[in-house]
Amino acid sequence: MSEVIKNRYEFVILFDVENGNPNGDPDAGNMPRIDPESGYGLVTDVCLKRKIRNYVETVKEDAEDAAGYRIYIKEDVPLNRSDNEAYEYLGVNDKTIKDLKKKDPKADEKIRDFMCSNFYDIRTFGAVMTTFVKAALNCGQVRGPVQLGFARSIDPIISQEVTITRVAITTEKDAENKSTEMGRKSIVPYALYRAEGYISANLARKVTGFSEDDLELLWEAIINMFELDHSAARGKMAVRELIVFKHSKELGDCPAYKLFDAVEVKRKEGVEFPRKYQDYTVEIHEDAIPQTVEMTRKI
Amino acid sequence: MGIGVKVKVWGDFALFSRPEMKVERCTYDVMTPSSARGILEAIYWHPGLRWIIDRIYVNKPIQFTSVRRNEVKSKVSANNALSVYNGGEKPLFMSSKEEIVQRASLILRDVEYVIEAHFEMTDKANEGDNPGKFKDIMMRRLRKGECYHMPYFGCREFPANFCLCEEEIVTAYEAVEEKDLGFMLYDMDYSDPENIQPMFFRAVMKRGVLDLRDCEVVR
Repeated sequence: MSEVIKNRYEFVILFDVENGNPNGDPDAGNMPRIDPESGYGLVTDVCLKRKIRNYVETVKEDAEDAAGYRIYIKEDVPLNRSDNEAYEYLGVNDKTIKDLKKKDPKADEKIRDFMCSNFYDIRTFGAVMTTFVKAALNCGQVRGPVQLGFARSIDPIISQEVTITRVAITTEKDAENKSTEMGRKSIVPYALYRAEGYISANLARKVTGFSEDDLELLWEAIINMFELDHSAARGKMAVRELIVFKHSKELGDCPAYKLFDAVEVKRKEGVEFPRKYQDYTVEIHEDAIPQTVEMTRKI
Repeated sequence: MGIGVKVKVWGDFALFSRPEMKVERCTYDVMTPSSARGILEAIYWHPGLRWIIDRIYVNKPIQFTSVRRNEVKSKVSANNALSVYNGGEKPLFMSSKEEIVQRASLILRDVEYVIEAHFEMTDKANEGDNPGKFKDIMMRRLRKGECYHMPYFGCREFPANFCLCEEEIVTAYEAVEEKDLGFMLYDMDYSDPENIQPMFFRAVMKRGVLDLRDCEVVR
C-alpha cells in the first residue's frame, strides 16, 4: 500500500448527457431530477458514488491486488446476514459479547481497520457499522475522506417525454386485441452538469487510510465512470472535465468556495439552446487561485 | 471574555433531520445547535475545548424542497465483519438490490446562517493550552478557509461554505417579532457513553435569531 494522502483536495466534475436520463426521480415517475423552482437539473451524490463503486469493482475484479479493492455495497447477489449466526460463530451471545470487549478493548478498532483496508468504498466514502452498539462495542461510523455534493446543471433543463412502441405483447389476452404496446421514457436533449467534491486528508490519516494509490484510482474512476455505464436509459453520457485543486497542507490553504468560484462555466454567446459540449466555455480564473494551490485538469 | 466567534455558513441545501421523522427524513426549519457545533468542530476542535452555541442567525428565508433517493436499509454488520476477520468463510458485502429502499427527504434550500459561539476549556486540555491559543487557531482557520474536514449541513452531501463573519448581520426575519418553531433537538448528552440521551429545547426565533443562552433544556 502506498502512503496515506497528505493534502486536502477539492475537485469539480463537469459531465454531460445527450438524449438520456442521467438520474431518474422516483417521485416523478423516473423523469430526470429537476429542481422544481428553478428548473435546474439535479444528479444526486449517491448516484455518482454508485458509478465510482461500479467502476472500481469492474477494473479490480481480476487484478492482482483485488483483495484491497473490494466493494462493500454491491448491486447483486443476495446475502443473508444474521447477527445470531455471527454470534454462534464467535461462540458468544448478547451477554458474553461484553466480555469479548473486556478481553480485547481494541476489538472495535480492529474491525474498523480491517474493513477499511479491505474495502475501497468504505475507505473512500465511509460506512456505518453500529450493530455492536448494544455492548458499546462500536466500530462506528467511518467517515470517509471523500465527500460529494449534488450535481446541478449549468442551465435549466427540459425533460422530454418520448413515447415508444414495442411489437411483442406480454400476455396472450392482450395479444388478441392489439398488436403493439406503448411505453415511454424521459430524456434530456442535452445538459451539462457540474458536481463538486472535497477530500479531507485528516480523515484519511486518522481513520480510513485512504492512500495516494486510492486517490489515483478515484480520479480514474471519475473520469471513466460513465464509460462502463451505458444503457438504454442513460443515452450518451461523458465526463468532460475533472479539475483538481491540491492544497499544500492537510488543512488546506484557502476556502473551498473560492476555488469553485474560480471555475466559470458559461453558455457561449448566441447559443440559445445548448445541444453539445462545444456550446459551453470553461474558464479558470487562475488569478483567483492562491499560489500554493496546485490546479490540474485531469482530462 | 473575547473567546467568542461568529461564523457565517451558507450552502445550496441543508437537512437537519427531525428525530421523530427519520425514516423519510424531514428537516427542521432552522439549524439545530448540535449541527452548528458539528460545523465548528469540523473546522477546529481539540479535546481541551467544548463549543457552546450562543445564537443562530437565520439570514435567508426558510424554503423547502424534496428529494427521493434509493438507499440501502441496513448497516454494515460488525458481527459479520468480526467473524470474517477471525477467519470465517462468509460473503462480506451488502447487496444494494436486496437491501434497497426508496426514501424521500424534505430538505432546506439556499440557506445562510451566522453561528455565534464561544468555547469553554475542559480538563482534557494540555498544560500549555490556554483560551488565547485555541482562539488564535480558530480565527486563523476561519480567515484562511482551513478545516479538518469540509463542514456540512446535517448530511455530508450538503457541504457548508464558511467564513469569519465580520459584517453586520441582517436576518431574513427582521420584521417578524417572534416565530415559535416548537421543540427542537438541542444536542445529545454523551456524558454516559452507554446511554446517550437526546436533549430538546423550545425554539423561538425572535427577529430571525435563535437565542440559545439560558434556554431551558428538556430531556
